[in-house]
Amino acid sequence: MISFSHVYKRYPGGLEALRNITFTVEAGEMVFIVGPSGAGKSTLLKLAAAIERPSSGSVIVNGQNVSALRARAIPFLRRNFGLVFQDQKLLFDRTAFENVMLPLHINGFERREAARRVRAALDKVGLLAKEKARPVTLSGGEQQRLAIARAIVHRPAILLADEPTGNLDAGHAAGIGELFRSFNQVGVTVVIATHDEALAERLKPRVLSLKEGAIVA
Amino acid sequence: MRAWLWHHLDTFVTTLARFARAPAATLFNVGVIGIALALPASLYVALSNLQGYAQAFASDPQISVFLALDAGRAEVEGIEARLRQHPGVRELRYVSREQALKELKASTGLADVVDSLAQNPLPDAFVVQARDATPQGLEKLRDEASRWPKVSHVQLDAAWARRLEAGLRLARLAVGLLATLFAFALVAVTFNTIRLQILTRREEIEVAKLIGATDPFIRRPFLYFGALQGLAGGLAAWAIIWIGLHLLNGGLAELAQLYATRIELKHLSAEDSTSLLVFSAWLGWFGAWLSVNQHLAQIEPR
Ligand SMILES: Nc1ncnc2c1ncn2[C@@H]1O[C@H](COP(=O)(O)OP(=O)(O)OP(=O)(O)O)[C@@H](O)[C@H]1O
Ligand SMILES: [Mg+2]
Repeated sequence: MISFSHVYKRYPGGLEALRNITFTVEAGEMVFIVGPSGAGKSTLLKLAAAIERPSSGSVIVNGQNVSALRARAIPFLRRNFGLVFQDQKLLFDRTAFENVMLPLHINGFERREAARRVRAALDKVGLLAKEKARPVTLSGGEQQRLAIARAIVHRPAILLADEPTGNLDAGHAAGIGELFRSFNQVGVTVVIATHDEALAERLKPRVLSLKEGAIVA
Repeated sequence: MRAWLWHHLDTFVTTLARFARAPAATLFNVGVIGIALALPASLYVALSNLQGYAQAFASDPQISVFLALDAGRAEVEGIEARLRQHPGVRELRYVSREQALKELKASTGLADVVDSLAQNPLPDAFVVQARDATPQGLEKLRDEASRWPKVSHVQLDAAWARRLEAGLRLARLAVGLLATLFAFALVAVTFNTIRLQILTRREEIEVAKLIGATDPFIRRPFLYFGALQGLAGGLAAWAIIWIGLHLLNGGLAELAQLYATRIELKHLSAEDSTSLLVFSAWLGWFGAWLSVNQHLAQIEPR
């Protein structure tokens, strides 16, 4: 489903963020990417979603070579993913409901069906009561859960989550962990970059360990 | 297909909602565009009206043959006979100097002035309708008649019509240039409006791109906005002209009553009105398109 081979990533003017990365995530797998800050976890996820391009090597998603993709094809590649960003990227001038609506709007869902799905997603992360709230009025953890709701609402085949439990207390983190597990159980491929050892302990995923841009385990 | 139609309708409604959310800015923009379009369009209306009158005159060109003041009865008859036999003359009307004075008195309201004249300053005249109404034909007849004895002056009424026609041509060119300039202004206003919108919605565009929005999807609301704003500006221009003509026609009706004629300025024809609206919508769309192409490429999310 996702396959990196001999991938290098060098940011303009920077060090090499990734060095000779080779791994494969099979469909339906759950994989954690762990490693110290600056190890290149976010970079790896960005390469998979064609947000960044590899300096060399190839990234294959669903049989498509991401770096060879035409610009016009990239949006359609991205629709396979549910993306949880490390900085969440919520829209602060919109309500929680509208934030979660965005992917469905982009995917061309009919409005009534979309509203139903938005509520279902908000319900899953425990934010149904706050659908009219703006993100600023939500706590850090609530914002994080809202970002997760937005990532899962269009039922993507692959979930890429960057530090999805960074701001959550143990209780909520466990809840989100269960949510990821339930997705994985219905066949969604889940890739999570995290520091959260308790989460790894709970879900017992395959772990990919990065250090200074290279896979160490 | 249904989803596609649905999406367009949705964009349309959202765009209207966006107008409603910033009513002051919207009114201001629409007003500026309306005035910018109303200027060349109202000149165009004025020209069309003038042209209508010019054509009414020029379609029946006349030649006035003025005789010398000292022309006697026999000489007048001689000239009349010559004109009647002339193959270039279709119709002939004799206006005696007495009659001319009477008409002057009646038509201009200068009765007092005319009455105070010691003697009649007007000559006898013939009003000739030429068979060949082309400018060349008319000029030939004029040159010929002006060489006859006791003919003091031959006036080609078409001459002023032609001068008017030339003037109108120049004015039309000026309107065209002005329209181009203001069209440019409309495009610039839209360009800037959309630029500001893109800047304020930068985050939204970034996120949309990140989660799989295509460029046309992102572009569409801005293009709708530009086109609708242009259309609203066109409607405003149309309304401005309508109100202006309404006021002018009110004044003209009074004036025309004094002269016992009917003058009424006509508004843009249905065809011209449609052109104005389509053109203004297109210009708005074009300004938005330029702006979106220029600024959207700069937003590449990381
Ligand atoms: N846009 C960028 N331009 C230049 N350098 C970058 C950019 N993004 C990341 N880097 C560098 O690449 C390296 C890896 O960054 P990355 O964000 O992938 O780390 P990370 O493992 O996600 O860290 P964290 O756990 O703190 O989120 C770091 O040294 C970082 O400074
Ligand atoms: Mg990171």
